[in-house]
Amino acid sequence: MPTLTRWHLKAGLIYFVLALLLGLGFRLQPVADLPEQIHNFRPLYYHFLMVGWITQIIIGVSIWMFPRASREYPRGDARLGWATFYLLNAGLLLRLFSEPFVNEIQTDIFAIMLFFSGLFQWGAALLYTLNIWSRVKLK
Amino acid sequence: MPLLSVVLIRTSLIYLLTGFSLGTLLLWQKASLMPLEVWRFLPVHLELLTYGWIVQLVFGVAYWILPRFNTSPVRGNQWFVWITFFSLNSGILLMGLNGFLPNPDLWALVGRGFELLAVLSFGLNIWSRIKPFAV
Repeated sequence: MPTLTRWHLKAGLIYFVLALLLGLGFRLQPVADLPEQIHNFRPLYYHFLMVGWITQIIIGVSIWMFPRASREYPRGDARLGWATFYLLNAGLLLRLFSEPFVNEIQTDIFAIMLFFSGLFQWGAALLYTLNIWSRVKLK
Repeated sequence: MPLLSVVLIRTSLIYLLTGFSLGTLLLWQKASLMPLEVWRFLPVHLELLTYGWIVQLVFGVAYWILPRFNTSPVRGNQWFVWITFFSLNSGILLMGLNGFLPNPDLWALVGRGFELLAVLSFGLNIWSRIKPFAV
């Protein structure tokens, strides 16, 4: 299994666990008298599941399994692949440390973090699409 | 990779990009960088990424990867999957954009109906391919 795929899959599993921990927190909030602000993490829960876990697993496995791009570079451009990984995960981490707090604490730093979070995640989707497109081909 | 899988997967990648673009605008609105009106695109964002990206990609890969038959057509009746492609994408567009149309509830119903047709049609193709390899 290529190194990049392993990193995507392991990162995906971490997001899966984090998402489920958040889900557990939402359920425990009324029972364990946790602060109501925990529900500010709800968008993060959905994006950890859909982007951090599912989309990242898809990216990792497709890099491994899809038809090879060429004899010389069977898995396409490795630079695009690694850039996708770092942008996607940096974007998600920026989201983790800004999105739940942006309405509670008035500071420009969270707006800046959200800007780059959106830009990085979009950049990851673009680079992945560019890298994998030619590998989606007739035999 | 068969033609239908190429079509389904490449279409799903277009939805990935479009869905992420809308998501970025929504995230930027939380940073007060975009007007509040962008939240009208939340249903589109959700529909494009769940059905357009994830479901469509799964269909494309499953059609390619699942065990084939020993006799032609080795991947079953491909017309079922062409119906899947056109129904799914019609449904996605109607479900995503119904808020911008007159009578949105009606178009949402039609859209979900198309998506249901897509899943049923795909199921008709794929059901008997869920089998041991030697059969």
